[in-house]
Amino acid sequence: MAELEIRNLTVEFATSRGPFRAVDRLDLTLDTGEILCVVGESGSGKSVSMLALMGLIGYPGRVTADVMRFGDIDLLGISARARRRLIGKDMAMVFQEPMSSLNPCFPIGWQIAEALTTHGVVPKARVRERVIELLHQVGIPAPATRLNAFPHQLSGGMNQRVMIAMAIACGPRLLIADEPTTALDVTIQKQILDLLVRLQRERGMGLILITHDMGVVAETAERVQVMYAGQSVEERSTEALFAAPLHPYTAALLDALPVRAIGKRRLPTIPGVVPGIDDRPRGCLFNPRCRFRVDTCVVDPPALGGTPGAYARCHFPLDEGGHPTNGYPGCAAAAQ
Amino acid sequence: MTPPLMEARDVRRHYRIGGGLFAKKGLVKALDGVSFTLDAGRTLGVVGESGCGKSTLARVATLIETPTEGEMWIDGEPTLGSGTAAGRHRHRLSVQMVFQNPYGSLNPRKTVGSILEEPLAINRRGDAAFRRETARAMMAKVGLRQDHYARYPHMFSGGQRQRIAIARALMLQPRVVVADEPVSALDVSIQAQVLNLMMDLQEEFRLAYLFISHDLSVVRHIADEVMVMYLGRPVEHGPKPSMFAAPRHPYTQILLAATPSVDPAHRHRSVPVTGELPSPLDPPSGCAFHKRCPYATELCAAERPELRPFGGHEVACHHAETIG
Repeated sequence: MAELEIRNLTVEFATSRGPFRAVDRLDLTLDTGEILCVVGESGSGKSVSMLALMGLIGYPGRVTADVMRFGDIDLLGISARARRRLIGKDMAMVFQEPMSSLNPCFPIGWQIAEALTTHGVVPKARVRERVIELLHQVGIPAPATRLNAFPHQLSGGMNQRVMIAMAIACGPRLLIADEPTTALDVTIQKQILDLLVRLQRERGMGLILITHDMGVVAETAERVQVMYAGQSVEERSTEALFAAPLHPYTAALLDALPVRAIGKRRLPTIPGVVPGIDDRPRGCLFNPRCRFRVDTCVVDPPALGGTPGAYARCHFPLDEGGHPTNGYPGCAAAAQ
Repeated sequence: MTPPLMEARDVRRHYRIGGGLFAKKGLVKALDGVSFTLDAGRTLGVVGESGCGKSTLARVATLIETPTEGEMWIDGEPTLGSGTAAGRHRHRLSVQMVFQNPYGSLNPRKTVGSILEEPLAINRRGDAAFRRETARAMMAKVGLRQDHYARYPHMFSGGQRQRIAIARALMLQPRVVVADEPVSALDVSIQAQVLNLMMDLQEEFRLAYLFISHDLSVVRHIADEVMVMYLGRPVEHGPKPSMFAAPRHPYTQILLAATPSVDPAHRHRSVPVTGELPSPLDPPSGCAFHKRCPYATELCAAERPELRPFGGHEVACHHAETIG
């Protein structure tokens, strides 16, 4: 049985111009001890879906789902009080900007201790010792001397390590890392990713890594879920996705990476932008930007189809050569 | 021989900090001896981690800040050092800048039209009709529609804002554009659009780019030459192909190894990336990189290596021969 199961998760925000659907019927499962990457551009709903899972969406957001199950706990049915006992303890989150996620008014040792005392996992007398141990685990040198340091006295990479220490303090079974390395330099990014993967292996946690960076995906994930405009458009194993993407959006996203265009003068681009509240297209959400668009795509929203372990939300998923299949009618148009 | 379009020699920018009631006095050498040349139609990519002096270099190259020391030339005429006030003025007209964050660099209370016309108005170029025409022509060049003229920055996406910022930088027909992380705030698909635009404009106007980025893959795509900086000093400088094929400085090698490969089949083993950028207030003795360097010896701690030619690059490392 999967550790985490989400079926049909929808998050809507009431706006003055009507409801805006940030996450649209998302399905997600995670097995025990697995690393899943959720990748997408800004506005694709990847962060909002994870915030919904953590119960961090407040008014005017509205979260609905058919199933939201973590272990044997039904997250939809539990009280706010029970949920508070769960989050931070069994499932924890590392946020994007360590500088703004840490409280600037308290020393880092105190902030990590707060997580431990709130959930009462360690007796009071041993809290200090445990905090030092955690700081050591996340690779902060001379941890005993850093307990009284404030976030502004540490670098971004060190603060992110503090955030990770806080998240793993109570030994969670699921760790969600929301763009944990976006604000960091490449060498520090490498260190933090290595740390997350190491902790995941040592503790057998599930790890959901949210990122916009295909490089981060390639370096860490076992399985990838690609999101576009609130929908999951492709779900594959990492190797398969990078070798032969099924969805035209994934293919275009990979082509747009400068690393993959070495030797080419111009980068292949995706025209247009991610649809917003006013210009959400009918049919397939990607159709205005898709190079393989045909009439069907404009009218008919595709369902998530495919074989287990390789889903794509496209009428005409691409084959290994990057050509649309499934009786694609517009071969002549695509060839141009 | 014709002189290079722009040349900078041994440019330094030091900041005095503290010295108040509580803070200790200190000297931050944000930029400590950088030299480069730029030619028309060519791009020099500058890479390094945050705090290495990339942005200070951008601000100094555009004369937004006056360097503490150093000389600069445009077309062989001195603009700084032995240059005159007129020389500095000419420098500021010829070198324009695109900033990192298009959400912060455009005045939210001005329309796109007046943002674009402002450089012309300040420099008293033409009348209002001329300025409007020039702005509209430039909007077409960077891929903005004519009806965008009267809109405000908040009505645009990040990619379009960066187009506005690029258009503004080109209004005075500069020869050199300094771009400080122009695509790092953008999504991948939008990043590709903006990079293509910058390369098209470079061809059309024969622009020289000083392209600053922390992203090696972007620099690899757009640059002709690459300079790697560490703690205010260049550590390696050379033509792009060999910089990526055969990096000579251990720091360049580590930067390359830390960049994700975008190929799950070639997942990196843990490379020895340890430690962080040291504090510029209290830089290490000798080679600034020696505390993180896997090849460091006593010589590295004692003596600072100077940039010297090696293997077609300029490298600041005592042990380049044994490492490369």
